[in-house]
Amino acid sequence: MLLSTAFWEWSVGAEVEMHRIADARDTGPGVRRVVVEAPHVAAHYQAGQFVIVRVDDVGERIPLTVAAADPSQGTITLYVQGIGRTTRQLNTLGSGEYLHDVAGPLGKPSEIERYGTAVVVGGGVGTAIAYPVVRALVAAGNRVVAITGGRSREYVILEDELKATGADVVVCTDDGSYGKAGFVTEALADILATESINIVFAAGPVPMMRAVAEVTRPAGIPTVASLNPIMVDGTGMCGGCRVEVGGETKFACVDGPEFDAHLVDFDLLARRNQAYLDFERVRNAELDESSCRAGTES
Amino acid sequence: MSEPFTKKERMKLDRIEMPERDAAERAQSFDEVNLGLTAKMAQLEAMRCLECKRPKCVDGCPVGIQIDEFVKLVAEGSIGAAAEIIQRDNLLPAICGRVCPQENQCEGACVLAKRERPIAIGHLERYVADYVRAEGFEYIKELPVPTGKSVAVVGSGPAGLACAGDLIQSGHAVTVFEALHEPGGVLVYGIPEFRLPKEIVATEIRGLEDLGVVFEMNAIVGRTHTLEELLAVHDAVFIGVGAGLPRFLGVPGENLIGVYSANEFLTRVNLMKAYLAGAETPVLDVAGKQIVVFGGGNTAMDAARTARRMGASIVRILYRRTEEEMPARREEVRHAREEGIIFDFLVGPTGLTGEDGVLEAVELQQMELGEPDESGRRRPQPVEGATSSVTADLAVVAIGNGANPLLLATVPEMETTRWGTIAVDEVTGRTSMPGVFAGGDIVTGGATVILAMGAGRRAAASIETWLDDGVWAP
Ligand SMILES: Cc1cc2nc3c(=O)[nH]c(=O)nc-3n(C[C@H](O)[C@H](O)[C@H](O)COP(=O)(O)OP(=O)(O)OC[C@H]3O[C@@H](n4cnc5c(N)ncnc54)[C@H](O)[C@@H]3O)c2cc1C
Ligand SMILES: Cc1cc2nc3c(=O)[nH]c(=O)nc-3n(C[C@H](O)[C@H](O)[C@H](O)COP(=O)(O)OP(=O)(O)OC[C@H]3O[C@@H](n4cnc5c(N)ncnc54)[C@H](O)[C@@H]3O)c2cc1C
Ligand code: SF4
Ligand code: SF4
Ligand code: FES
Repeated sequence: MLLSTAFWEWSVGAEVEMHRIADARDTGPGVRRVVVEAPHVAAHYQAGQFVIVRVDDVGERIPLTVAAADPSQGTITLYVQGIGRTTRQLNTLGSGEYLHDVAGPLGKPSEIERYGTAVVVGGGVGTAIAYPVVRALVAAGNRVVAITGGRSREYVILEDELKATGADVVVCTDDGSYGKAGFVTEALADILATESINIVFAAGPVPMMRAVAEVTRPAGIPTVASLNPIMVDGTGMCGGCRVEVGGETKFACVDGPEFDAHLVDFDLLARRNQAYLDFERVRNAELDESSCRAGTES
Repeated sequence: MSEPFTKKERMKLDRIEMPERDAAERAQSFDEVNLGLTAKMAQLEAMRCLECKRPKCVDGCPVGIQIDEFVKLVAEGSIGAAAEIIQRDNLLPAICGRVCPQENQCEGACVLAKRERPIAIGHLERYVADYVRAEGFEYIKELPVPTGKSVAVVGSGPAGLACAGDLIQSGHAVTVFEALHEPGGVLVYGIPEFRLPKEIVATEIRGLEDLGVVFEMNAIVGRTHTLEELLAVHDAVFIGVGAGLPRFLGVPGENLIGVYSANEFLTRVNLMKAYLAGAETPVLDVAGKQIVVFGGGNTAMDAARTARRMGASIVRILYRRTEEEMPARREEVRHAREEGIIFDFLVGPTGLTGEDGVLEAVELQQMELGEPDESGRRRPQPVEGATSSVTADLAVVAIGNGANPLLLATVPEMETTRWGTIAVDEVTGRTSMPGVFAGGDIVTGGATVILAMGAGRRAAASIETWLDDGVWAP
């Protein structure tokens, strides 16, 4: 392909207000808690919403859930799992550095009502998505059980924050290195066996959300999954975030991201999330190489 | 060339052709296809104008540019003066000269169109705009005294930019709120570089910034700011959020990997620059592959020609009517053909099929034209039993956009039409909410740059009146 690289240099000029990182620290292997200035987002945010972030001025637009907002400080808190190029790049930033763009809050807020007893299941970094839902449900007067899981002890995030909400917290690790041994779905099944549950929320990897939906399906317990398709604009303009719910096409960024888990086509979601696998592999390998080089040089 | 031609001589002259990049070369490059007229070409072309007493061309231009006057000045070599004439009615001439569907507007109305050689008004407009841009020509020498009034403009497409441009020149403070990280609307995320270099859009926006317009990016009105908040801080609000809700086909398989809306495909390539080596944003690899594009408008041409430039080996445009009904600019259709794009008419999709969730083929239904529908175009209807299938590694759906409900859903009190567009007074652009004006695609549905720009300017004039008298008689 013939490329006119001068195109990189055009900039439409409009001054972009950069977003200062007020605080950034690791909370587990590859997971970082990033507090960033975004006053308008903080002022309008409701549980369940996300932002679209660009790390620098040539960066990809990626969606990240707002885990918490502090309107008085004008900051929002993100938990970022470094799984690919953009998230890993973001996770190299520290306090005082900047994110180029933060747009939001996007998506429909979670439907928070007084349901009675609610279980919120967060797997891995999905716990960051689950956490604000837990807080909001507690605040609305529900009894809330929060199940959070990780591969092993270091992967468990937000445990103290979850406890501080007043929810009952169940921690699971796949390898049994901390809390209950086993998957979050096993802990969920245990609770369903002993208690009557009015609603379940799930956020995490696609296989986990699918498994949660299957656990609650037989008893017909209303279950909500927070879907994580690939997005571009996050405003309903591109349709890249299409998911199928009950046989209907929906745009996750504006119609969701939360949907009835019993109606979601999880196979489709899993497949569509793999669309750029080859590209991501190459870009990730480049990043590995450059960080190796940087490592040996220093 | 000092002696002007007689009318008779003028009628005999051929239209000056726009120099173009060679088709084989341009199919591999995002550089602009049209190279622009030279000074001599522009002057010769302008000399063909008959200087009609009642110039039909002006009636054909949606914003009524005094075409006869500016063309005469080009013929005389007074390009700066020509620019001033154009600038009175059109704030974005370098853009409109490139993208207006001239054959349906100014050039279509020119008396010489009957003889198939209308004055190349678009090319001349572009010439004038490019000339003065290169010379660093300043249109506005002095800014008026600030009025102390302020206006919020929502959306930075041509409607918003035009509205902002007029209001700032009247001394009002103007802030433009844009949902994306880059201003320009469809001009930057949709229309590709090879047709409208982004540097031109950037220059226009820098010009507005120099005049004092403030741009706030990543500001999704309805989310980042509510309309109510804008109304509390500003004296008026103009809504120019475009028609950015892509339609899909509504047939089985539309969510397979390999099916893009034109918006997504073009946004990944244009706004996110996925065509450059080293870009951070991926786009499905089309090199050596077969692409189909559904639709017959400019968006379809842009998607097809973009796929071609990304290395696709076979690119087909599948349109359910015939060439005659295609809404695309004629020049784009010709350019697409020259670049080897295949056109299949009278076919409609009935399904998309694939393996492991990845698109492999599209199923097609042969159509024929029946009775005219409400748009006046003959309605395509299926030919019983005539179906076929075409291999496709990528399908781009370019069958139009509906109104994006994101902002409107937050203001249920705003009156809308049954198409989900904002209901306004056509002359004043006033909506059902006092202090709120609207224009462009969010009012008309997907239309054209010049119409959006015109609507932005009409609304600006009407905002002036509102700021002056404060009377809201919708
Ligand atoms: C509504 C929503 C909320 C999210 N919240 C969080 C969060 O709070 N914390 C967090 O760590 N992650 C969150 N994610 C996922 C996060 O957006 C992706 O991990 C990130 O985009 C991956 O980009 P990358 O360049 O680092 O990785 P890549 O190398 O590009 O991709 C790695 C994998 O991530 C997925 N992915 C790639 N691009 C995107 C994209 N643009 N959008 C979504 N997924 C993508 C794909 O499955 C891919 O296989 C959320 C996603 C959505 C849709
Ligand atoms: C691919 C393509 C090719 C085209 N080619 C041509 C052509 O050759 N000639 C021609 O005349 N016309 C063409 N058109 C049509 C033309 O571009 C549009 O009619 C015109 O851009 C409409 O202008 P607008 O200002 O109303 O909206 P847009 O250009 O759509 O701009 C609207 C802006 O508002 C922003 N926005 C949306 N919602 C919000 C919100 N809630 N808050 C803040 N900002 C928001 C959007 O991000 C966008 O930037 C083409 C369109 C497309 C898609
Ligand atoms: S603005 Fe468009 S229609 Fe009007 S004269 Fe220019 S090219 Fe023609
Ligand atoms: S109608 Fe054609 S010939 Fe007559 S003034 Fe206009 S451009 Fe010139
Ligand atoms: S991300 Fe583009 S429509 Fe949802």
